[in-house]
Amino acid sequence: MYESLLHTTDKYNLVAGFAVIGVTMWFSYWISGRFTKGRIHGSAIAILLGLTMAYFGGAFTGGEKGVVDIPLLSGIGLLGGSMLRDFAIVATGFGVNIDELKRAGITGVIALVMGIFSSFFAGVAVAMAFGYTDAVSLTTIGAGTVTYIVGPVTGAALGASSEVMALSIAAGLVKSILVMIATPFVAPMIGLNSPRTAVIFGGLMGTSSGVAAGLAATDPKLVPYGCLTAAFYTALGCLLGPSILFIMMRAIAG
Amino acid sequence: MIIYGVTLLSVCTLTGITAGKILGTLIGVPANVGGVGIAMILLILAGSYLSKRGLIDMKTEQGVEFWSAIYIPVVVAMAAKQNVMGALTGGPMAITAGIAAVACGFALVPMLARIGADKAEENEKNASPATSS
Repeated sequence: MYESLLHTTDKYNLVAGFAVIGVTMWFSYWISGRFTKGRIHGSAIAILLGLTMAYFGGAFTGGEKGVVDIPLLSGIGLLGGSMLRDFAIVATGFGVNIDELKRAGITGVIALVMGIFSSFFAGVAVAMAFGYTDAVSLTTIGAGTVTYIVGPVTGAALGASSEVMALSIAAGLVKSILVMIATPFVAPMIGLNSPRTAVIFGGLMGTSSGVAAGLAATDPKLVPYGCLTAAFYTALGCLLGPSILFIMMRAIAG
Repeated sequence: MIIYGVTLLSVCTLTGITAGKILGTLIGVPANVGGVGIAMILLILAGSYLSKRGLIDMKTEQGVEFWSAIYIPVVVAMAAKQNVMGALTGGPMAITAGIAAVACGFALVPMLARIGADKAEENEKNASPATSS
């Protein structure tokens, strides 16, 4: 029986993904309404549940792709992959108000630059506290804290050790996951409730998956505004990491 | 027809992502430079242009709206395929660095919001007497 079930979910993997995610969503909204009276948004619970499943998926299979490494659930990889993710994020832009975007324009660019610098130096400071002193390792770990793509790109360009590269990826993963979880709770404290603040938030945090999920759990209407600026973050980080940021670090650390 | 909406969305997405890739190659960055952002702007512009001319009907709109609504489930699936295990086994340094970066980001949101807000309010102040008179 397991054989034929596996055969079906393998052949119809995307359909199986819709079914599993649909049930997860229903369960999450039920918990949200029943136990938190809707105070914690259903999608926040669903994302948390997704991350928990990903943890166990990784713990049981030893793989790197969360639940996707479990053969029965391979369709989730396609559903949550970059193709459908980008397709759906672009679709959210359909409801965007152009005037709101224009109003946030320049602040968004400032947020992008400040976001990369603040994340980078936060990562560098922590790396220094943990005893790293050479400019290459410090830059790579700082770049990884920007996003987990900027880290290895910078590290490869500078010739960092694989241990440092792995650490930089882990730092970026922690950031991305933390943004997913914490955003709906922190949002009221930092006034994240308008298209303009969402543009700023997207520029400051930059991790596309973190921003997308964090805003979805806060207020789905804000998603397109945040994702629009976040779309430029990783590229700008890849540009600044091995160049300006490394030169700055070399001047500081020698 | 619903497929017109889906096609509009597909063409915008593909054009945007390709433009981002080309932009990346041009400036020598191994990443997509704002592909999703460019695609989104294309969709916003195309959408408002076409609807002004009355070329988008309800059915066409539904083709885009379905995907916009399926967005949260897609994000949940994306969460379920993250390397959470890898993040947690990265050790205390990786976790501390991640927390520090996120804390900085959150703290800067209200600060930057204030910079922009002053300007936006000024614009409104400048604009309001004109509209009232």
